[in-house]
Amino acid sequence: MNAAVAEITEKEEQAITETRMVTGAQGLLLALLEEGVDTIFGYPGGAIMPIYDALYDFKDQLNHYLVRHEQGGAHAAQGYARITGKPGVCFATSGPGATNLITGIADAQIDSTPLVCITGQVFSHLLGTDAFQETDVLGVTMPVTKWNIQVTRAEDIPDAVAKAFYIATSGRPGPVLVDITKDAQNATFEYSYKKCKRISSYYPVPKLNEKAIAEAAELINNAQKPYVLWGQGVILSHAQEDLKAFIEKAGIPAAWTIMGLAGLPTDHPLNVGMLGMHGNYGPNLLTNECDVMIAIGMRFDDRVTGDLKRYARQAKIIHIEIDPAEINKNVRVDVAVNADAKAALQALLPLINENKHEAWLQKFNECAQIEYTKVMAPEIAPTTGKVKMAEVIHQVSELSEGKAVIVTDVGQHQMTAMRYYRFKDMRRSNITSGGLGTMGFCLPAAMGAKVGAPDRQVIAVIGDGGFQMTLQELGCIFQYQIGVKVLILNNNFLGMVRQWQQLFHQKRYSFTEMVNPDFVGIAKAYGISGNKVTERDNLQEAIQTMLDHQGPYVLEVVVEKEDNVFPMVPAGDSVANIRLS
Amino acid sequence: MAIDDYQIDSGEEKTYTIFAFTENKVGLLNRITIVFTRRHINIESITVSESEVQNVYRYTIIVKTTYAQVEKLVKQIAKQVDVLRASFYPEEETIFQEIAMYKIPMSSMINGSQVEQIVRDSYARILTVDPQYIIIEKTGHIEETRELFEKLSPFGILQFVRSGRVAITKHMKDLSTYLREQEEAYL
Repeated sequence: MNAAVAEITEKEEQAITETRMVTGAQGLLLALLEEGVDTIFGYPGGAIMPIYDALYDFKDQLNHYLVRHEQGGAHAAQGYARITGKPGVCFATSGPGATNLITGIADAQIDSTPLVCITGQVFSHLLGTDAFQETDVLGVTMPVTKWNIQVTRAEDIPDAVAKAFYIATSGRPGPVLVDITKDAQNATFEYSYKKCKRISSYYPVPKLNEKAIAEAAELINNAQKPYVLWGQGVILSHAQEDLKAFIEKAGIPAAWTIMGLAGLPTDHPLNVGMLGMHGNYGPNLLTNECDVMIAIGMRFDDRVTGDLKRYARQAKIIHIEIDPAEINKNVRVDVAVNADAKAALQALLPLINENKHEAWLQKFNECAQIEYTKVMAPEIAPTTGKVKMAEVIHQVSELSEGKAVIVTDVGQHQMTAMRYYRFKDMRRSNITSGGLGTMGFCLPAAMGAKVGAPDRQVIAVIGDGGFQMTLQELGCIFQYQIGVKVLILNNNFLGMVRQWQQLFHQKRYSFTEMVNPDFVGIAKAYGISGNKVTERDNLQEAIQTMLDHQGPYVLEVVVEKEDNVFPMVPAGDSVANIRLS
Repeated sequence: MAIDDYQIDSGEEKTYTIFAFTENKVGLLNRITIVFTRRHINIESITVSESEVQNVYRYTIIVKTTYAQVEKLVKQIAKQVDVLRASFYPEEETIFQEIAMYKIPMSSMINGSQVEQIVRDSYARILTVDPQYIIIEKTGHIEETRELFEKLSPFGILQFVRSGRVAITKHMKDLSTYLREQEEAYL
């Protein structure tokens, strides 16, 4: 076939597509395909049945995973989005189906994760009548979505979907929700699709301000003790290599928020560690000594800053951030660079001088040595007593060679995983619930991550409390044989709350002790292999078995009951008052 | 005056007028008010109307808060997808008015022309005369409409209503110029 004929055929095909009569439900699925979607996590129900009926004919193109709870669907979509960089898509029915998505949506909102949630809604003539399974999902999700829309006419579905994907993925990413009434799903219309490339009232990516860049460069070039803090913005803008080039040229020590973790290899000489409440000693202590702070793609969360009145008051602050609403929100800055992290770092690189700040870096190294001796060494290599969380993570890190994707829930195990897993792979390797701190996030998110990256080793590190919040997703993992490795660190406590109760509530352990079921037995009931370890001597072999196992696997490690995570900055205290014990 | 033109935050609470220019979308009012609710900030008044540009709506929102807080509020409003522009101004940078209506019984007019005199002295006007009541209208600042309320009270006020504030800025830059500048900053 010659080129001219091919062109005509293509045009003809396009014309056929454009005039094709479809139902709203079919139109939705066609629109998803136009956006490159191939994976959906969802749960059917009455108000979304036409979409599920249409999905039956799209099984070859759209892989649908039947989760066991809509919350699992939202978290799975988050895990998928976080590892692939593509928007996660989930389906739910009206009313309780839609409200079950809320935790995942709120989590995605605060952690800037692109999600497109499609919910079925009751017939439009029933809207507002308290019809069966009717909820004002638009009103309910408004505070936790970047954007949402209710569609009541089939012909409006393609445009709504196009806008939804554009908004979810552009600028600072976030969750969007499209609520579609049942009559709109059923009605037929003439389908055509046009991708959204611009919305007149929405400016997702600011133009680089050369003046701000020059001011930032001047501050950096004149700094004696410059200090970089980076967050997830670096990963979202694919600026890992740019960050590395930037800090290496200027010789600047750099520390990360938990959302920015794995943006730079853990063992890079300028990577000085983790910020915040359970972060490393030096990065917190020396925050109040630096003279120029360069914050990149992070939002000065209270878990990072502690008491703002005593946070880096001596420093000139440069904030590189794509979302203008984050600038001056918590910390007043001296130079605001409202820009995408990659664009800003690339513009800064030629303007900054080559430098080394050896004495300043040495201060971080001295702090690291103190922390290693006092905290880390006893944690990762104990010889007596019960198994410690840190030694488990340390061994996972060694045996997986720092190349696994680590997905965590929320609590002590999360902080331990952040502190002790040594990431070597700068691709998206760390998935956690940072801002919302959602227990129950890990298992479904890990499931979604493994679906998104089937060739990577995905390890869900999870506490006994969080595991029980969404463990029903073992059903989904089993049904689709999603090869996620589940590592339960079981201390039979809600560990982080217990730690606070010990330190700040006179050991009044109010309702934090848990009597747990047989986790491995539960896994086996779901057809998933597993093992339980209680002794240190068996740990290494058990971890290796888990890593080598083909398919899903659950490893429960019983750890010390009253282990604490240190260092710690008590809530509301200055970061300089970080405690080592 | 743009946000960046204000440099000093004294931490003192003042009355600010927030303007938001928006698309006409279902639910947007809710999205905007959530910004205030989340921060536990009370809206003193809110008025939504058409603006000088076709299909663009103007929100006029009055709050009493600090500079630091109003700056954050405006950034959060501006961030909403369907908001074209949001800005804020202290009272002295705007010209503003409210409208008040008073319904008083016709019987109050029987004892001479006292009410009529008050209406005239207050630069108010009588909107409607009914065998049972009259309705008086006054535009002005809150102090002026309240003063008339007090003067009319002895005659028995059956109903009273005061609108939210409507305001116009003193500066000469028009919305189209702002939007063009905004577009140039991003595209």
